[in-house]
Amino acid sequence: MMIRRYFGLPRWDTYPPFDEFERLRRQMDLLGDRLMDRTAGRGTGVFPMINLTEDKDAYYIRAELPGVKSDELDIQATGTTVSLSGERKIPEENNGAKYHRREREAGKFSRMVSLSTEIDSEKVDASLTNGILKVVLPKSELAKPRQITVK
Amino acid sequence: MADQKDLQVREKQEVTGPSEQTTAGPVFSPDVDIFETEKEIVMLADMPGVKAEDLTIDLDDNRLSIKGDVAPFEGTNEEDIVTEYEIGQYVRQFNLSEVIDQSKIEAKLEDGVLRLTLPKMEKATPRKITVKAT
Repeated sequence: MMIRRYFGLPRWDTYPPFDEFERLRRQMDLLGDRLMDRTAGRGTGVFPMINLTEDKDAYYIRAELPGVKSDELDIQATGTTVSLSGERKIPEENNGAKYHRREREAGKFSRMVSLSTEIDSEKVDASLTNGILKVVLPKSELAKPRQITVK
Repeated sequence: MADQKDLQVREKQEVTGPSEQTTAGPVFSPDVDIFETEKEIVMLADMPGVKAEDLTIDLDDNRLSIKGDVAPFEGTNEEDIVTEYEIGQYVRQFNLSEVIDQSKIEAKLEDGVLRLTLPKMEKATPRKITVKAT
């Protein structure tokens, strides 16, 4: 289970439900969110939103990162943690542009994803096409389930 | 407090328009930046996952519509663990106030960002009318 501390970084922890302190802290978080008008995204509320899938050989992480070039993206994978960080830049338009609408955002992002099985960090493959990032994380050989034949 | 310079997560805006979609799946409205210079109107839209051949741009009587199809996940024998965003079409429509020179519209799709350049129709140069005196 995850606790969102008021000062930002999410933590992976267990918490006893119905703890008075936790309830108070959660209410303070909600109040803070409302005051700062932060849309609480699904999941951890950290950019970018990801879809994590697995099959018996590997994990697959997909994220939507329009406008991010592959050299502006930093992916680190060790053991059971993957971190994605980088920056989305929006290039300046000169020649006297007058904006009518400005909905896209630019800025830095950094996100960690915890996996439940070890991955083989040597064989990780990542590709960024059409603004979609796909990271393939093959599970470590030792962690794969082995078929046990019964004689 | 979270660093204000970091990108915040925003849910994709789903569209429930008056007309029904012929294809199944959710429809989203892409984020756009629109700006205008003296000569043209430029629109930048975030449409990740859309390839150039799946993009349709129509300009009909000053109504501009863009539509992009996104291919679903490949490899469907994968199991979902965490699904934070959905895949769907991107559709958005705009009414243009300026008259656009349709023959010179340019569209470029790079890294999931569509850049649409709409040159304004050049204003007719005023003609001087000479009056012949008889």
